[in-house]
Amino acid sequence: MSVAILRKGEYFIASIQSDLSDTEVLALRDDLIERVGRFRALGIVVDVSALDVIDSFAARALRSIALAAKLRGARTVIVGIQPDVAVAIVQFRLNLDPLRTALDLDEALALLELRPERKPADGR
Amino acid sequence: MNQNQPVPSLQQSAAEASLLHELVEYLRENRGDLREQWARRITDAELLSVMTADEIFSEVTAVYDNYVDALETGSVETLQAYARELSERIIRRGVETHEVLGIVLLLRDVLGRSLLDNYEEDRDLLRRILDAYEPAANRIAATVGVSFVEERERVIREQQEAIRELSTPVLQVRDRLLISPIIGAVDSDRARQLTEQLLGAIQANRARVVVLDITGVASVDEAVANHLVQTVEAARLMGARAVITGLSSKIAQTIVDLGVDLGMLNTVGDLQGGLEEAERMLGHRDADVEPTESSIES
Repeated sequence: MSVAILRKGEYFIASIQSDLSDTEVLALRDDLIERVGRFRALGIVVDVSALDVIDSFAARALRSIALAAKLRGARTVIVGIQPDVAVAIVQFRLNLDPLRTALDLDEALALLELRPERKPADGR
Repeated sequence: MNQNQPVPSLQQSAAEASLLHELVEYLRENRGDLREQWARRITDAELLSVMTADEIFSEVTAVYDNYVDALETGSVETLQAYARELSERIIRRGVETHEVLGIVLLLRDVLGRSLLDNYEEDRDLLRRILDAYEPAANRIAATVGVSFVEERERVIREQQEAIRELSTPVLQVRDRLLISPIIGAVDSDRARQLTEQLLGAIQANRARVVVLDITGVASVDEAVANHLVQTVEAARLMGARAVITGLSSKIAQTIVDLGVDLGMLNTVGDLQGGLEEAERMLGHRDADVEPTESSIES
């Protein structure tokens, strides 16, 4: 599968390298959700900058990653949506709520660092 | 006439050349007279009304000489270059295509009529002279007309290009903050182009906040208002937040009347307020992201 999933501290970074088939999208979703539970992750960053197209199926899959991850205690940020893709998503009225978006990895991690109230007590 | 003649031979084209030579000699001899006649016809026909009589006469002289040269050499390149240069000068003054075509056709008529008068006695010679003259004259007329139109199209293309480049600047005010002042009428073509530029600039400059100032936009319709909303939404998907400033009261009312949902837009009265709001958004987030602060808290 052409998705690299890296772990950085309490976050997972999933970098999609090329267009994914529907099966691969679903596999990515299951994989990420499973890892969130296993490693007690607090956040997921999905890098879509290599994608030229985000269709309704992929949009729904991204949403469902966010919703499922939230149920397991992690927040999801999408980074690197290309200008053309952004325009297409808006024009086709694809619903990405409640997904959060950021320009790049730095921004995404900064966004996840916000609201640290969700951190477990082990930090103290 | 032509179809009765045999296929042109070398000899014949030599004969034609000598005819053309005679024609050119004739036009040179009567230069002063024909020129004045032409200029008078132009004035009578109320062509080139934006130019003074002196200007017309000096242009007429130059065109006449180039015209005769083109007849003599059979090469229209010099004339073409002159026509381009002339067009460039007169296009700015609002000379229309029909005027230019009218002038060239007038010259053709003036010369043709004068040839007719001159060779009246010898109908056969007249016919052969006209055979040589007409195709050359038509070719010249077409050249001048086409040169003018091409020049005009070039000017129009340049202007369109200039407008396209000037119309939607996206400026970086400071790190992560862009501002785009939109001026003039916005149609859906321009709105689309604006979206492209803005999103491209967001990516290139890693912008976090963009301020769209529409003080200079006189009116918007539903399509443009919707496009604005889409642009803001697309910017958000890329991770940048947009602030819209300078909605005139007229536009505000239009938008309310149209029922466009601007609820998700962040609008501020004027550019100053918009920049303050943008600073606040940037500063706010910077403060929160600051690692020292969060470590103090935890």
